[in-house]
Amino acid sequence: MELLAFGDTGWGDELFRATLMTIAVSISAMIIGFLFALIFTPLKLSKNKFLNFIANSYTTIIRGVPELLVIYLFFFGGTGAVMFVASIFGYNEYIEINAFITGAFAIGIISGAYSTEVFRGAIQSIDKGQFEAANVLGLNKFGKFFKIILPQTLRLAIPNLSNVWQITLKDTSLISVTGLVEIMRQSYIAAGSTRDPLFFYSFAAVLYLLLTFVSMKLINRLEVKYSRGY
Amino acid sequence: MDLELMINSLPKLLNAAVITLKLLSVSLIIGLFIGLFFAILRLNKNIFINRFAYGYSYVFRGTPLLVQIFIIYFGLGQIEYLRSTILWSILKEPYWCAIIAFALNTGAYTSEILRSAFQTIKPGIIEAGKSLGISNKVIFYKIQIPIAIRQSLPAYGNEIILMMKGTSLASTVTIMDLTGVAKYIISTTFKPIEVFIVAGGIYLFMTFIIHNVIKFLEKKYSFN
Repeated sequence: MELLAFGDTGWGDELFRATLMTIAVSISAMIIGFLFALIFTPLKLSKNKFLNFIANSYTTIIRGVPELLVIYLFFFGGTGAVMFVASIFGYNEYIEINAFITGAFAIGIISGAYSTEVFRGAIQSIDKGQFEAANVLGLNKFGKFFKIILPQTLRLAIPNLSNVWQITLKDTSLISVTGLVEIMRQSYIAAGSTRDPLFFYSFAAVLYLLLTFVSMKLINRLEVKYSRGY
Repeated sequence: MDLELMINSLPKLLNAAVITLKLLSVSLIIGLFIGLFFAILRLNKNIFINRFAYGYSYVFRGTPLLVQIFIIYFGLGQIEYLRSTILWSILKEPYWCAIIAFALNTGAYTSEILRSAFQTIKPGIIEAGKSLGISNKVIFYKIQIPIAIRQSLPAYGNEIILMMKGTSLASTVTIMDLTGVAKYIISTTFKPIEVFIVAGGIYLFMTFIIHNVIKFLEKKYSFN
């Protein structure tokens, strides 16, 4: 227990901050993922073959390639890509991207591929009659989407999105390889300096379990909220 | 684009892909047995056995695979007692540590897949077996298990693909699998995009094959 004390003697405060970091990266990644889903879900549902192809390549590649490989691509390639873009605008100095942004972006792209599939499935399972009814009511495109389709999509998507959240949360452990101090990295550091890896990695496992447990409880509440009337 | 590097790294990466496939197949086979074992425990009416099996699958599904590998590889070596037993000859090898972690992980997911497959078997089928005078054991092995396998094929196919991606974590415990070699080439040449395309292409190809084999099996074992 001394090992977990707050302050200089233990690792309690460090691990607490690392846990907050894990939560922050997961939430940022989830939001970035939603933005990607917002772009790619319409492409997936579009009738244009070319747009379809782009969206399908995105989801197939990301879901077929290990997360770690994607993270290495961003970790080693991110700086180069940003510097290349900057050099087009005439800026040639070295730019370093921080590990948080790289990590959140890499995990976000992965989480976006899963979210896209979830939203596609949810929209497709909405009854055709709903679209027709919206048309009959004379709603415009925005009204149709925000008032009729989106609320129903959310209800259907929440259970699957909670799976995506779990995957995202667990994937953030992989960005420890880039040096971002989240739960895994902090445990690695603590295990190295105290020579007690069994304790610290087990404690990391407990922290992750706690995070998944608490977030499941919160998501269940959301689920109840969005299924009112069913 | 450095085409030469891509061509030169292809044989190295293909060799590494063999290690990935070995890790995958061994852990899937062990994981299948673990999964079946825990799925049967989950169906048990004894609440303790039931809870135990649920706890196992909850813990392994709720924590990242990376933590599991690290606990087994770095953590277990710390226990003095283990070092003196015969188990140590297995646990000191990163290869076997990775396989143990993968097998336990996929076992947890497999047990959930099989459990839900067993539970969705219509009671009428079992009753039909009983009314024909078939013993419970035979009903289980000849009726329930084949139907459960058929039911769980799509979900298990997904699990195989997820596990294939999971084996990339073996590279964190010094195993030179596909991702390990890819990372090594990236960090020596600083050409991440080229290496990513080749290594990612190999992974995608494997995903493609697994996907189609499962599809074929689904068709073969479909009811109609």
